[in-house]
Order: sequence, then structure tokens, then C-alpha cells
Amino acid sequence: MIALFYLASAVALVAAAMAISRRNAFHALLYVVVSLLAVAVVFFTIGAPFAGALEIIVYAGAIIVLFVFVVMMLNLGPSAVRDEYGFLTPAMWIVPGGLAAILLAELVVIISGTGDGVTGAAIGPREVGLALFGPYVVAVEVASFLLLAGLVGAAYLGSGARISGGDR
Amino acid sequence: MSAGVLLGHGLAVASILFVIGLIGVLVRRNLLFQLLSIEIMLNAAGMAFVIAGARWGQADGQVMFIFILVMAAAEVAVGLALLLRVSRRVRDLDGDAVSAMRG
Repeated sequence: MIALFYLASAVALVAAAMAISRRNAFHALLYVVVSLLAVAVVFFTIGAPFAGALEIIVYAGAIIVLFVFVVMMLNLGPSAVRDEYGFLTPAMWIVPGGLAAILLAELVVIISGTGDGVTGAAIGPREVGLALFGPYVVAVEVASFLLLAGLVGAAYLGSGARISGGDR
Repeated sequence: MSAGVLLGHGLAVASILFVIGLIGVLVRRNLLFQLLSIEIMLNAAGMAFVIAGARWGQADGQVMFIFILVMAAAEVAVGLALLLRVSRRVRDLDGDAVSAMRG
């Protein structure tokens, strides 16, 4: 099943290279999502299914959706309506769609049971949870402080409040 | 295929991914693309942790990946809020447009 690892790695690298070379932010986001999904498949093939699930849920599902929201907020106005027509032409989604189809094919191969799909021993959510709330419990608390600081910072910066000496 | 070869190749993939993100930060002038490239770099760093953790069969790599995930989430929340603020103020997302700060 080592071929799955190399195929997913190749998809991740191609998608990341395409992402940083797009002009349109939305198309770049499409490629970044494909890259993150490919990295999730890599995680699964090397025996880290929990990290792969988190990669999809948090990275592709939350962080990139936040990017999509911001792109949509920045594109308000008549030009956005005009852009809408040339937004998702087949030429634009066929390459990321093809890359995602490769990942889907890998998923089908893994699920259809021709081998367990994992090279080496898998480390499941149980071991990760035991480590997270055992020796690393202080780091979890610090991470929660960091998230709180990020929340407060984003709420303040996004609220439109006057920053002293700024906004004329 | 031994585990050591897998470790080497996995770390190579992670470092190439990191370099792609670094090139994105250095080459692009649009702040949104720079933030996106930083996400790619953080993802590559997390990937290196997970691959190293899988090599030695320890859960610590995935624990570190979760911490990187938390940091990326906090970073992107503050970064995108700053981005919206900059775009409202200078009507542009060019990083060079805000290079001169005036208090």
C-alpha cells in the first residue's frame, strides 16, 4: 500500500504548487482544499487516522471556510456580479476535480479491502487522547489560552472599533 | 519498504510542501495569498510531526499536530480580522500598500 502514500503525496505537492500560482483567490482556495485532503490521505496511509480526520474537519472544514467567507466579503460590488459568470468555468474546476478524483480512487481502494491501507502500526484516537490529557495536559490548557486570545483579538479587530491614533 | 525509508520520503514531502508555502509568502504580494501560504507552511510542519510520530509508533507526533492545528486556527482568525481591517482602510490587499505605518 506504499503506492497510495506516494500518489497522495504527489497530489498534495501539485495542488499546493497550483494554489500559490493562481490569480483568483477562490481558485487558489479550491486547490488548497485538495492539498489538505491529500495530506489527510497521507496521514491515513501512514497510520494516523485521527490526525487525518482532524486535518479534514479543522483545516479543510473550518480554516479554509473562514478564508472563503473573507474572500466573499472582500468581493462585494458590481464587479463581483460580473466575475460570477466566469467563476467556475469547467477549465477552472476540472484540474482540482481530477486531483480529488485520484484521492477518491485511493479511498475506494482502501475501503474495498485489498489490504488494510496502512503501512506499519496505526495509532488510533485512544492513544492520542491518553497522551493529550496525560503528560500534555498543561499544554492543552495553554492551547486553550491561545484560542481565547485569538477569539478576543479577532472579535476586537473585526468589530470596527476605533484603534487609537488609527482610522481617519 | 522499511519504515526508515518511509520516514525519509515523508519528511522530504513535508519539506517540499514547506518550501512551496515559503515561495508563496515571498513571491505573492497579495495579503490573502500570503496568509494562505502560511497555512500551507504550518500544514507541512504538522505533517513532519505526524510522520515522525508514525515512524516510532508514538502518539506524541499527533499530539503536536493538534497543537499546531490550534495555533493555525488562532493565527488565521486574527490574521483574517487584520486583513479585513486593512482592506477597509486602504481599499487594497497589496502588502506593499501598507508597508508605511504611521502610528
